[in-house]
Amino acid sequence: MRVEGTLSLVAYVIRRDLLLAMRRRADVLTTLFFFVIVVSLFPLGVGPDPNLLRTMAPGVVWVAALLASMLSLGRLFSADYLDGTLEQMMLTPQPLSLMVLGKVVAHWLVSGVPLVLIAPVLGIQFNLDLEALMVLVVSLILGTPVLSIIGAIGAALTLGLRGGGVLLSLLVLPLYIPVLIFGAGAVDASLSGLAFQAHLSLLGAFTVFALLFAPWATAAALRISME
Amino acid sequence: MAKIAWFKYSSPASFYFLAGRMIPWFAALAAVLTVAGLYIGFFRAPTDFQQGEAYRIIFIHVPAAWMSMFIYVVMACWAALGLAFNTRLSFMMASALAPTGALMTFLALWTGSWWGKPMWGTWWVWDARLTSELILFFLYVGFLALQAAIDDPRRADRAGAVLALVGVVNVPIIYFSVQWWNTLHQGASISMTKAPSMAAVMLTGMAVMAFAFWMYSIAVTLYRVRLIILEREKNSQWVRELLEGRRTDDRGLDAAATEAR
Amino acid sequence: MLEVAQLECVRGDRRLFSDLSFALGPGELLQVRGPNGAGKTSLLRMLCGLMLPAHGEIRWKGSPVKELGENYYRDVTYLGHLPAVKDELTAEENLRIASGLDGIEIERREAYAALKTMGLQGRETLPAKVLSAGQRRRVALARLLVCGTVLWVLDEPLTALDRSAAGLVQSLIAGHLEKGGVAVLTTHHDLHLQSRHLELGT
Repeated sequence: MRVEGTLSLVAYVIRRDLLLAMRRRADVLTTLFFFVIVVSLFPLGVGPDPNLLRTMAPGVVWVAALLASMLSLGRLFSADYLDGTLEQMMLTPQPLSLMVLGKVVAHWLVSGVPLVLIAPVLGIQFNLDLEALMVLVVSLILGTPVLSIIGAIGAALTLGLRGGGVLLSLLVLPLYIPVLIFGAGAVDASLSGLAFQAHLSLLGAFTVFALLFAPWATAAALRISME
Repeated sequence: MAKIAWFKYSSPASFYFLAGRMIPWFAALAAVLTVAGLYIGFFRAPTDFQQGEAYRIIFIHVPAAWMSMFIYVVMACWAALGLAFNTRLSFMMASALAPTGALMTFLALWTGSWWGKPMWGTWWVWDARLTSELILFFLYVGFLALQAAIDDPRRADRAGAVLALVGVVNVPIIYFSVQWWNTLHQGASISMTKAPSMAAVMLTGMAVMAFAFWMYSIAVTLYRVRLIILEREKNSQWVRELLEGRRTDDRGLDAAATEAR
Repeated sequence: MLEVAQLECVRGDRRLFSDLSFALGPGELLQVRGPNGAGKTSLLRMLCGLMLPAHGEIRWKGSPVKELGENYYRDVTYLGHLPAVKDELTAEENLRIASGLDGIEIERREAYAALKTMGLQGRETLPAKVLSAGQRRRVALARLLVCGTVLWVLDEPLTALDRSAAGLVQSLIAGHLEKGGVAVLTTHHDLHLQSRHLELGT
């Protein structure tokens, strides 16, 4: 029975990846714990002064989110690459960029959403007030998909290379900088009592832009890496 | 007619000899312009009212920064050409440009630091331009690292090209976001881009130095691309003839000899 | 249906083959043979569009494969060296998901039937990581029973299979050819099927 329809095939990819993630729960949890640990290291490094921590919080939480996302990116394509299923996904009657989008959505659900959910708890540890916490959560919701989608480009380019993880970070972190600036900047603005809507709008715009172009770049990178 | 000539030089073999002929001209221009630019910068431009003599480093810092951006864009253009037409030479040009671009970026960062010390008392300042240059440096290093990590030349070419194009699209966004970040956090105070009022002489000096760097970059890139061509085409007949001393120019270079084998 | 014209393959610095041409019609089987490194896998991957040839063209039903894009894949099933089976999924899930990604959703009943034909009855709900190499390959080959595509490109399909499974696969291929399908494969086994031969690396 033929299933035509773009959306259903993307949904298929998402369901597949979620199913796989559920069977390998350890991977998901390690990313989450890495995030929590990194954030917790900062007070140990700079001292427990509540005002200092409050000022640092947006940057710290966001940088930790960047690093945690990046760690999990290595897994995006490599497991499928190693057992041959990635090759098969390149041979389906749907555009590769859509399959990529499906994988990225699944990746975000598994690696990005947990960060969003636990961020308020960490924010409280840093003395953020309610408004700042809400802005933090919104900024993460808007920004973490970009981390996944742009990171996918790096993951595709470094597929199967030795030194892959470090090389991936080198390629992808500079591209994350706008997200960091707008995301942390929004929370910062909230803490300073300034308007944060502009930051969030820019972040949202960047997300849309990335969602439109990055899957296509990732698909091109995959074809190049798989030749 | 021009079209035919163009495609002739798009083969690595013909380009090798063409580049060889061009290098001395660009090198000479670079030398002349550098002397002229430094003369203007160090002897003709007036002493700055606020910053004294130390500001003269601007005649290297700003042109280097301009070139670092310009080279990245040119690199991305060659990358796009390579992906669109699948021409080996385009990819080789992109690879040849990257180290020079990285050097320009490093020079901009280094001279920026030198400028900062007498002005602000610190070796580093997080102003918009320096921070953007730092990020651009990371982009160059990423490109070089990616190409170095891939053994297969074809994959290295094309992966680098995709990375360069993704980078070039992001560079305006990064610049904009860094500007945004800078004005939010530091107000209007620290900025190396705002030399008070640019005397015309200063602008001329920077423009001349920019051209000098441009000519230098072209000369060095052509030199480097020749090395890349020899390395990549080492199995072809014309390279073997060249290395055995049986060939000194592109005389008699026909389609058969230039095909990479 | 499948035409290949002046195909050339360059890997790294070496030219593996050049000026390769052949045409296959319905019901025809092509066996590609040659020593290791001769370019057999590269040729098969080129036929699937995974690799671009340095020169030459591949045409399917008259149109160049490059222009067909994803539509080409409605007609092609490729089984490569690796069985493309996820360790964490069961045999049944692997088959149904692989098929679903190809655009063909199959019921559990159908999947079980296919797996039974491949000799995996009773193992449908086992995670693939506990299956042997031969059993994994059978899961991969089960796709051939449900895919319904016209062109089969198979890289060493009989690897790790015992004699009965190998015989089963050969009859599968024979049935496919009888229905007018086309197949290109590499193998160092002896196939008891009428086929054309292509030697690479000589």
